[in-house]
Amino acid sequence: MAEQMTVKPAATGTTDAAVLGYRRSPAHHLAELMAAASGEQVRLREVPFLTQITIRATAPEAVEAVGNALGVTMPSAVGEVAQGEFGEGGSGSSGSSGSSGSSVSVVWLSPDEWLAVLGDEADTGVSIAAVVESLSVALGERRGQVVDVSSNRTTLELSGSKARAVLDKTIELDLHPREFPVGRAVSTQMESVAVILWRSADDTWLLMPRASFAEHVVGWLADGMREFS
Amino acid sequence: MMVIPCPFCGPRNETEYTYGGQAHVAYPENPDALTDEQWAQFLFYRDNPRGSYAERWQHSAGCRKWFNAVRNTHTYEITHVYRLDQARPDGLPKAPLATKEVGA
Repeated sequence: MAEQMTVKPAATGTTDAAVLGYRRSPAHHLAELMAAASGEQVRLREVPFLTQITIRATAPEAVEAVGNALGVTMPSAVGEVAQGEFGEGGSGSSGSSGSSGSSVSVVWLSPDEWLAVLGDEADTGVSIAAVVESLSVALGERRGQVVDVSSNRTTLELSGSKARAVLDKTIELDLHPREFPVGRAVSTQMESVAVILWRSADDTWLLMPRASFAEHVVGWLADGMREFS
Repeated sequence: MMVIPCPFCGPRNETEYTYGGQAHVAYPENPDALTDEQWAQFLFYRDNPRGSYAERWQHSAGCRKWFNAVRNTHTYEITHVYRLDQARPDGLPKAPLATKEVGA
C-alpha cells in the first residue's frame, strides 16, 4: 500500500504517441458543419490540441524568470502577445531528450495572469509536462502558479476577407485595425460566451472559448457566415 | 448600455462586468462585539444616494480583477475608476451610512 501512497513525479518525457491518438477535440464532431459553412470569403476550422499553460505571478523577478524560461519578454498590458521559441533553438530549457521545439505565444490576460500557447505536443514533440516543469522550476518558491489548462479551451480559426464582418455582428469591441491590429489578443465576450479573441493575421482570427461552449460558438459563427457562403 | 473603463483593460461594455455593491464598507474589527442590529447594519444596509456613489465592480469576462468606480446614480456617468489599493478620490462622501453607529 505504501507504494500507492507515493506521489508520482511529473513525467518529463514526450507523451506516448499511442495515447495522443485517443484524443477527441471539443469541436471534432462539428468538422462537417464548419466545412459546409465555409466558403471563399470566410472559413471556419478548429485548431485542436494547442498546449495552453496558465501562468500567474506577481513579483517582477518571478515574471521575468518565467519569461526567460519561455524565451519571451512577458507582455505587460492588455492586448499584448509576446512571441518566442521554446525548446531547442530557443532559450527555453525543456528537460526532455527529444530534439524538438515549438513557437510560443504568451497572451496577457490580467496584470498577474498570462496564457502561454504552444503547438500541439503531437506535432511539436514538446510535451505539456515538459513545459509545465520548466516553468515551475523557473517560478521556484515564489508566489504564483503554472497550470496546464490545455483542455480548458479549444481554438477556432475564422479566416477570410469577410471574417471581420462575421465577428462584427457579435463582438462588441472595435475590430478596425486601428484599434485591433494584427497580434492583439483580448479576453472578452462573444454573444454571452467568454472567449479570448486573437487577431493572428490581417484576415485571420482565433477564438478560444471554453471547451463546453465549442458547439454553441461554432453554431453561432456558422449562422453568421451564411450570408457569405 | 454603460461602457465601464476597467483600470487594466480599458473601456468595455457593462455586460463584461459583475456588480459588487457599495465600496469601502469595512469589515467590523470585532464582529463578536456587535449587537444583532449592528451586524445587520453591516450586512444589509447600504447608502442609496442620488449622485456620486463609490461601487465595486469586477471585470468578470476580462481580467477578472475587482476595482472601484465612482458612478453617478442619476446620470450613470462614471467619474473615477481606481484600483482597490488606491485611496478613494477626494470630494466623495466619507464613511458610508452603513458604518455609522446604530441609533445615532
